[in-house]
Amino acid sequence: MAEYTLKTPLTEEDVRKLKVGDKVTLEGVIFGIRDANLIRMFDGKVPAPTDLTGAACIHTAPNVRKIGEGKYEPVCIGTTTSSRMDRFTPGLMEQYGVRAVIGKAGMMEASMEAMKKHGGCYLAIVGGAAAWETDKILEIEDVWWEDLMPEAIWKFKVNNFGPLIVAMDSYGNNLYFDVKAKAVSKLEEIYKKIGA
Amino acid sequence: MLKQQVANSFYKTIEEICKDLYIKALKDLPSDVRQVMKEAYDKEETETGKQVLATMLENIGVADKNDRLICQDTGIPIYFVKVGNKLSIDFVELEAAIIKGCQRATVEHPLRSSVVSPLKRENNQNSSGYRIPAIHYDVVQDNAKVEILMVPKGSGSENMSFLKMLIPAEGVRGVKRFILETIAKNVGANPCPPYVVGIGLGGTADLCMKLAKIAAVTRPIGSRNPDPEMAAFEEEMFKAINELGIGPMGLGGVNTAIDVHVEHAYTHITQNPVAINIQCWPARRARAVISADSSYQVGY
Repeated sequence: MAEYTLKTPLTEEDVRKLKVGDKVTLEGVIFGIRDANLIRMFDGKVPAPTDLTGAACIHTAPNVRKIGEGKYEPVCIGTTTSSRMDRFTPGLMEQYGVRAVIGKAGMMEASMEAMKKHGGCYLAIVGGAAAWETDKILEIEDVWWEDLMPEAIWKFKVNNFGPLIVAMDSYGNNLYFDVKAKAVSKLEEIYKKIGA
Repeated sequence: MLKQQVANSFYKTIEEICKDLYIKALKDLPSDVRQVMKEAYDKEETETGKQVLATMLENIGVADKNDRLICQDTGIPIYFVKVGNKLSIDFVELEAAIIKGCQRATVEHPLRSSVVSPLKRENNQNSSGYRIPAIHYDVVQDNAKVEILMVPKGSGSENMSFLKMLIPAEGVRGVKRFILETIAKNVGANPCPPYVVGIGLGGTADLCMKLAKIAAVTRPIGSRNPDPEMAAFEEEMFKAINELGIGPMGLGGVNTAIDVHVEHAYTHITQNPVAINIQCWPARRARAVISADSSYQVGY
């Protein structure tokens, strides 16, 4: 299991060297995306308001304090469950060139296929650890679609953002699938033990 | 029976407390949760699991040190209210004070408003709306106090709620199978494991779900149901769920659940309902007990 520090925007080469279980720390910027803005982008067919080529996108809707017109400071920024946003990953990678999705609990087959095809990965962050995560965000550099508050699109400048765990790599490996398959395979044995 | 009148300041105090409890619940992790997370770290066997638990412990420290929220999800605000039967109380004023306190916490802190209308998805930006915050009332005997337990219920865990109306022929066997199969196949990594599994047994469909919620979010970690039969069931399911190996954040390990709580009710002769409600690892809650003279105590 290797450890990497990667600068954004990420290249295909950056992502292709990652394997599940590796640890990654990010430097640069990450973009906050989420249900409402993805629904607008893909179902509403409104193009993304910023260039996402090589982007690392995190599933979040932060707590913020408004400090001026279009200016916010972080109150608490953490990460939400990714499965709700699963169907948007192929579009993010294919249409917009996104290279990394940061989230918790992982994604399904279509996202895995998109990661394989385009050179993408899923970086697992610890859920419910928003105080820790907020410490690693230096500044909110930009925000778009404030009418969707808190589900706007956010640009965060980050420092030492990690360690994140590579949970889905660009070769079709998915840690969550492995863990789940093992759990399901143990069911019969556990049923027997407890008379179920 | 002569009921105790409340002080003039009583409802204003309730409002302030409901504001403070929301913020406290989001920032100050209960002592039982802190303890069990340390134990989970010591017990964990996988490298990735250890790494995840280390970050969770670090997060608790950072939240304390920087007076910051534990998790960004401010949740659906829930207030569990126990009103003593010896207190003369105006429930309309009480409810208005609870709602006002919840709204003020959101605007004054500020907190993210995580509440929207179900069809238009409109956000009032104050954590409230029709029937929200969720408020559950109970009346308790021989008491002249109001106890308020505040729970910000995050969505990662709440989305993993399940109800099954089993039939009597499926018995306890069916109940056990439903719980384990649901955790393995549907719950898994989603609600930030290691989590509390709340199980409701019996009642009607609505009561069963409410019992699962009470089991998941109101009881301290490590507490056991006073009914020995239910307590044994809690222990058995706790052990069985952890044998699944889902582990911290679903990346594998020995800590899938930090506890299993069961609450039950009698049910219909033709029914065998079982419900699951999950509480994520931070298991946030804050409690206050208010006397008629407006004095109060705060805890978990």
